[in-house]
Amino acid sequence: MSAIAPNFKLSEFIKSLLDNIFWVVLLVVLIGLPAIMMILFVIEMPVINGDLLTPFLALTWLADPSRILPVVKAFMATDIFKVMAFPGFGFAALIAAGTIFVERKMMAKLQLRVGPFYCGKVEGILQLMGDGLKLISKEIIIPAKADKPIFWAAPVLFVATAAAFVAFIPVAPGWVVADVELGLLGVFAVIGFFPIVTILSAWSANSKFPFIGGIRALFQMVSFEIPLILSLLGVVMLTGSLNLSEIAASQSSFPWIVFLPIGAIVFFITMLAELERIPFDLPEAESEIVAGWLTELSGMMYGLVQLGTYLKLYAFAGLFVVLFLGGWNGPMVVPPFPAELLEGVEMGPVTVGPFPGLPLFDQEMLNGALWFVLKTVAVIFFIILPRGVFPRIRVDMLLNLGWTKLIGLAFVNIFIALGLLYAGVLGPGGLQ
Amino acid sequence: MTNELPPGLALQKVDERIMTLNVGPQHPGSGHMRIIVQIDGDYIVACDPDPGYVHRGEEKMAEYRNYITNIPHLERPVIHDSCNVLYPYVLGAEELLGIEVPERAKYVRVIASELNRCIYIMYWLAIYGIFLGHSTMFMWPAGDRELLIDLMEKMTGARVTHAHFVPGGVRNDLPPNFEDVCLRQVNYFEKRIKEYAAVFYDNPILIARTQDTGVLSRQDAIRYGTTGSVLRASGVDYDLRKKEPYDVYDELDIHTNVMKEGDSYARSRIPWLDMIESCNIIRQALQKMPKSGSVRTKLKPNPKGKGLDSVYKRVESGRGSLGCYIVSDGKPEPYRVKLSVPSFRNLIALPNLLRGEKLGNMPSVYWSLNYWPVEADR
Repeated sequence: MSAIAPNFKLSEFIKSLLDNIFWVVLLVVLIGLPAIMMILFVIEMPVINGDLLTPFLALTWLADPSRILPVVKAFMATDIFKVMAFPGFGFAALIAAGTIFVERKMMAKLQLRVGPFYCGKVEGILQLMGDGLKLISKEIIIPAKADKPIFWAAPVLFVATAAAFVAFIPVAPGWVVADVELGLLGVFAVIGFFPIVTILSAWSANSKFPFIGGIRALFQMVSFEIPLILSLLGVVMLTGSLNLSEIAASQSSFPWIVFLPIGAIVFFITMLAELERIPFDLPEAESEIVAGWLTELSGMMYGLVQLGTYLKLYAFAGLFVVLFLGGWNGPMVVPPFPAELLEGVEMGPVTVGPFPGLPLFDQEMLNGALWFVLKTVAVIFFIILPRGVFPRIRVDMLLNLGWTKLIGLAFVNIFIALGLLYAGVLGPGGLQ
Repeated sequence: MTNELPPGLALQKVDERIMTLNVGPQHPGSGHMRIIVQIDGDYIVACDPDPGYVHRGEEKMAEYRNYITNIPHLERPVIHDSCNVLYPYVLGAEELLGIEVPERAKYVRVIASELNRCIYIMYWLAIYGIFLGHSTMFMWPAGDRELLIDLMEKMTGARVTHAHFVPGGVRNDLPPNFEDVCLRQVNYFEKRIKEYAAVFYDNPILIARTQDTGVLSRQDAIRYGTTGSVLRASGVDYDLRKKEPYDVYDELDIHTNVMKEGDSYARSRIPWLDMIESCNIIRQALQKMPKSGSVRTKLKPNPKGKGLDSVYKRVESGRGSLGCYIVSDGKPEPYRVKLSVPSFRNLIALPNLLRGEKLGNMPSVYWSLNYWPVEADR
């Protein structure tokens, strides 16, 4: 007899398990199999290399991996792969997770402590996973007076807005989720959604501290949106395009930061403010207003907002890279794909291959993605750094900075761009 | 069910523009107290500090214990400054009981008291840093404080609540080789805290945030009866170690740090300068201390006072002048022990400092008053 479960009996446990298995099998037979048959009936199966894809054929790929390559390649050309995996959400979430870990470790080193250490064998590498599990398993507490539908929806909307922002960022030539002609305008539109989501979340909680935090966030984001947009106009003038891919491609010989350093600085500062990072973390100032507009969020709602915040951080860093640091452009460092793999490799008596689907990614794309990631990581590093050095500023100082200094500097930047444009040094028909 | 309120309570009519915030007791920016703040937009129109959440009746407890057993609980109000909070009680008890203190014990007390002052100020500075959103300034003092805590542990055997001072001297003699270790650690500590200037005190954002906020004029500082760093930041040269020297402070060369501005920045800078001055005092005391000798006068069991008698002693603690009034009626237990604490006096200035300030200045002004909630409640 166990002290933990005194009424436990192994035979009854196995019996209950068998009962459940019976119901599972029954459900699969009655509902699952017909559903699969219906799907197979409705969906047209792809034809690969002249063979119709059947479940049996799919199984044969397990024996010969080279036959699956065309399918993988076909899948990677689809929109769903772009949205879910590579330039879209999955890639951004991976970088966001890396950012959280690196930020915690970096702050720890700066502040003479070790940071995450015990979770995972190597330097607390699994800490983030533990935190995520903790947040998922926590109870979500909704304030009694909250406006429940909006309060529930706000964190989800926040992540959705951040993910929409991520969709505009071109990672490599041709690798962008939404390759829109007016991409930069779309980015501004998405950035304009953040204050709305924030104030919705803050106001619907019907609590004082979130309300003050939400109002502060509104002040901050709205007053910094204007210098943000103005600081980017210089790049748009010189490039003559609003398409982010074209802007990135236009910097093949030099990045715009060389000619528009003031614009880059203004954009960087406004970026910090839009991201609510120290020294501009007034909406979450804990010693004044507890946790600002996040106060009433609990469990995974808070986790979602954090995820959205870091997705937004990645997207802003990526935008900075695309607009000022040359995007994917960089010297070719990735070696070309070994040609002998395409024809087949002789390994003793056996010839492996040929692999018809290879290479999965072309050399330019790999090189572009590599340079983009390197530059983005560098920008993220500089976004994180002020947190260790600066205290929080005050709301009046913030508004003063946004409305007077940064807007003035942004106009100076526009005039520099205009000068370069009319002198014919740069821009369409200029040096490039 | 009637709508009538009990006598003594009244509903306050407030403007619709004004929002009342309860900052505390469950709030990361308050400590064990509540500040009821009324804000109009971002401006504070009224502020009502509400201490009393951690009243533990230390003074009443002291009436049921004899002079020696009072020691461990009387240091509880400020465990980070436990030597200094005990100091006036021990000085008073010595006078009541008529005990002479050996010369070496007096120096040991001065060293312990100054080390403890640094430990307290480091803790205070850490919280001041995090109140301003400067997380590095939270971690650095909390880490460097360990140096001195280790030193105190060597000296007294306890990390925080030392219970080291007893009527008649100190509990234990210094461990062997303590002077060298102490000198080395204090030198390193001084070098380390001077580095804080670069990251914190000379930081342009910090200066812009705290200068000219919560200005306490010289007259007001005297009128409200503030003490310690708050008084000295307002331009009053007042330090009990110099004005009313106790033990061997009159034999040491002490420099008093005074600033004229009286704003939040000056009030945060004075304790930091005090720490550097404390290092100087420790070095002097280590040099002048007799190298050997007794550190404690043996007491009889259950020492009694000589009939009806009273004594008031005060010392300069980490927060300001800390007084202890002891009345004896000739029994082994004191008739009455009254602590006159600096925290409560400094808190009195808070409503006047916060009126008209912005909400963002509330944490920095509040914590710059060098206030320790537990001490104010006793």
